[in-house]
Amino acid sequence: MQRETVTPPKLEIEDLHVVFGQGTQRVEAVIGVSFALGGNECFGIVGESGSGKSTVLRAICGLMPIRAGRILIDGEPVQAPRGRAFARRVQMVFQDPYASLHPRHTIDRVLSEPLAIHGFADQQERVIQALGDVGLGPAFRFRFPHQLSGGQRQRVAIARALILKPEILLLDEPTSALDASVQAEVLNLLTRIRQEQGLTYVLVSHDLAVIDHMCERLIVMQNGRTLERLDASALAVHDVATDYTRALLQASAGYKWDAASSGAAFAKRPR
Amino acid sequence: MSGAAGAAPRPLLQVEDLRVSFRTRTGVVEAVRGISFSLGRERLGIVGESGSGKTMTGRAVLRLIRPPGRVEARRIALDGMDLLALSERRMRAVRGERIAMVMQDPKFSLNPVMRIGRQLVEALQVHSKVSRSEARSRALKMLEAVQIRDPERVFRAYANELSGGMGQRVMIAMMLIPGPDLLIADEPTSALDVTVRAQVLGIMDALVRERGMGLILISHDLNLVATFCDRVLVMYAGRIVEELDAGRLSEARHPYTRGLLNCLPRIGGGKAPLPVLDREAAWSA
Repeated sequence: MQRETVTPPKLEIEDLHVVFGQGTQRVEAVIGVSFALGGNECFGIVGESGSGKSTVLRAICGLMPIRAGRILIDGEPVQAPRGRAFARRVQMVFQDPYASLHPRHTIDRVLSEPLAIHGFADQQERVIQALGDVGLGPAFRFRFPHQLSGGQRQRVAIARALILKPEILLLDEPTSALDASVQAEVLNLLTRIRQEQGLTYVLVSHDLAVIDHMCERLIVMQNGRTLERLDASALAVHDVATDYTRALLQASAGYKWDAASSGAAFAKRPR
Repeated sequence: MSGAAGAAPRPLLQVEDLRVSFRTRTGVVEAVRGISFSLGRERLGIVGESGSGKTMTGRAVLRLIRPPGRVEARRIALDGMDLLALSERRMRAVRGERIAMVMQDPKFSLNPVMRIGRQLVEALQVHSKVSRSEARSRALKMLEAVQIRDPERVFRAYANELSGGMGQRVMIAMMLIPGPDLLIADEPTSALDVTVRAQVLGIMDALVRERGMGLILISHDLNLVATFCDRVLVMYAGRIVEELDAGRLSEARHPYTRGLLNCLPRIGGGKAPLPVLDREAAWSA
């Protein structure tokens, strides 16, 4: 945010508000969230369910109504509705590869569709290239999602996001449905692609360790608000300001035996 | 390591050479391939990745695997009682009363069209003759024991009115009402937020210790199991590849366990590529 105005940030979110429903049903999902990131950066958003972290990504994509605030790419406000030009620059990878791929479409069809929409001529080459980029051979082209493992499916979802050569990738819990060893492979893949293609990432996760591994800077969200801004060096030495972030740090280290979790917890109930 | 546990008079649960297989169109799939372990009144963790057979192990103990699945074992004994020899009717009495199971997601294991209170009371009345008012007061007490702040409200609520953490506490309460000897918890906290996770585990541990129950915690999370349990079994491709005291996980020998430990990102662990697991065919041989 203290960046020179000469080169505007790649992606900038200014005081974003997302509200659902009305009256008693009114839910403020995102309340005044702001952040900015430069080109080729990986920015992290960490929080638990209901914190509004995924809603931020969906709002950027135009999948959620924005009540107030601005979204700028290279200093230009995004259009509403988003349109094709936006899709060429920004793509999203969703959490669950079991749900985000069409069960009756072959991988080839899944990957060709964005190319057809955007009128590319060399579809075949691009599909094969995209599969290669994510470490899947051309043999996977005519398979169906149910013939792939979870990790392979998530690779296909990443290939689909990359096939239009976007500049920004929005990653919504890309590894939380995967086993630990597969998570390592997918995270390494994402790191490699970012370096090779100069991509900018916004990574959303509930796992602080994943965010710390991938991102230099991050925000912690709770109940729709930004609770804390951190960078990885502060996180490494556990230099955090709020109890909530401390609890997240604690949780990623495993279970801790302390007074609160021992038998004493029965006598005095928390809160 | 099993020698130390063997000093106890009789293990609570004894499993010898357990095999679970499924006949499919493409041949027989062996989910569990001859595993043996015993459990005292302790916290035993079973870790492994998806498809390693850890859930099938838990279900096989309860005889919850239906055809075409096949369960074979030299012996599955609870407190010396051979579970494989029991009739289906007697097995039903064992389930819930002697061995209880907590599943992963409370959304799918609570009845959506029945109030929580009725489900709890039912769990109690199936196994013992108690009056309705006594069942009710015991159910409310149990909800309090799992640290639900407003037990009266939860008693009247439907499952969809509860958060994930609350739902899982209700599940634990329901499982513990008949006072089982053994609790099998299959990924009990995977659907929960990390800050709620510690609370639910703490509740489970305190209950287990107070009642002197045995606990099998099935999880994919090596860190969690290592910090929570006394002993850990690491499963890979239907076999136990390593058995460890939880505190000595860092001394794990098997390359699979080591690989699993190393591939987790750590806070402050730097940005270097994570070591990936090279699966060797010999591990599953």
